[in-house]
Amino acid sequence: MAPPSNRRPGFSRRAQYRRFIGYVIAATGVAVAAVLMLISTLSPGAFSPLRGAARDLTTPLSSGMDTVRGWFGSMTGSIGEHFGAVSENRRLKQQLADSRRLVLQARTLGRENRRLRALLRLRDRNPDTVAVARLVSSSAGSTRRYAVLNAGSRQGVRQGQPVRGPNGLIGRVLETGFNNARILLIIDPESVVPVRRTRDGMPAIIVGRGDGLVEVRAASVANAPFLSGDVFVTSGTGGIYPPNIPVARVVRNASDSSVARVFASPDTADFAMVQQVFMPEAPPAAAGEAIPQAGDGDE
Amino acid sequence: MSGSLSADIDRADRWRRAYWLAPVTVMLGSMLTLLPFVATIPILPPFGLMMLIGWRLLRADLFQPWSPLLLGLFDDLISGQPFGSAMFFWTACYLTVDMIDSRLVWRDLWHNWAIGAGAIGITLVGERIVSTPLVANVDIALLLQIVASIALLPLVFRLCAHLGGRGQKT
Repeated sequence: MAPPSNRRPGFSRRAQYRRFIGYVIAATGVAVAAVLMLISTLSPGAFSPLRGAARDLTTPLSSGMDTVRGWFGSMTGSIGEHFGAVSENRRLKQQLADSRRLVLQARTLGRENRRLRALLRLRDRNPDTVAVARLVSSSAGSTRRYAVLNAGSRQGVRQGQPVRGPNGLIGRVLETGFNNARILLIIDPESVVPVRRTRDGMPAIIVGRGDGLVEVRAASVANAPFLSGDVFVTSGTGGIYPPNIPVARVVRNASDSSVARVFASPDTADFAMVQQVFMPEAPPAAAGEAIPQAGDGDE
Repeated sequence: MSGSLSADIDRADRWRRAYWLAPVTVMLGSMLTLLPFVATIPILPPFGLMMLIGWRLLRADLFQPWSPLLLGLFDDLISGQPFGSAMFFWTACYLTVDMIDSRLVWRDLWHNWAIGAGAIGITLVGERIVSTPLVANVDIALLLQIVASIALLPLVFRLCAHLGGRGQKT
């Protein structure tokens, strides 16, 4: 069926002019939008107040729906758990027996470590938790990997703070609104996390791939071998992420760089902890006074 | 007689209702990204754009040529793509569809499907190039997203027709 053609709005001059001006506005708008797109590509934070305000309105909506998803999510999960309960029970018993020995060993090591650190008078920065909130939505239609957190500047969340879940590192805060924050997930192609291998402390960086996995690249050694099952934790280099947060496990043997799977897979992570920046940059003016004060306060 | 009269009134109602329903449904399509799940790959079709193209192909009188700018602005605010990208690609697609529509003498479902597929493909590939570094490993997921979106297009056309397009202008 041919649709009614709306090409010519009749013989009214006024209607024809209005239509023409409409096209002029649209063409100008395309040019303006191209400039906006360029600006936001060159400086990604340029429009963050605007987007933050929009998310302030939409985040309550997402978190409201999140409770509903919670019911359904737990329902399907419990049905799945019902089958395979016996085999899982057997497997878990075996795992428990295996790990008992490791736990004993780790306890002794932990005690010894504390004693040695006290001897060295090593001062640790214990990163404080700023806020605990839910990841409520994400950029599901985009090739970038962002998530929206249900806590913002009102809860003390600031730009650049690391975000972790119970299993491992999730990402860091990119921009904040009043009651929400946008998180750059570590699986995003533009995320870089300095890490080290738990086995031997080899430094590496973990870069997002964009397809749900991450890539581990050796930071210093050439031809460094990666073995399937190698675990990487944050190293604290760079000062954003606190050390020793689990990040990813290598899935394939390779040298120089390999593919890894993150521990805190964001589709299962519901709760996220926002922590203080590990080593915040000192403000330049107060830097001279801050150092003796920190020394006095410690005694 | 009375049955056909009430059907006529219903049809006219739908026709008028579409003037505010069309922008609202496009915005609802954009808002599907607010659904509470955290995706690890791009899986959500661009429902806002699909509704826009669906309405445009059904009825040319619903939107002004500059309406996609405002609808794209709304999409940009919540989608997480670079600001201005939906404004740019949506308006460019809309104007291109306008141009194609003026050249074609008549269209059927296959024409509409092809036009919609072109709009989706250009927008998704364009936004990928603008937003994500070229070395990123997202192309297979993006391809799946495009194919899934194109497969869903007839449903979107059907939805638009159901919501307010069928029947003649009274």
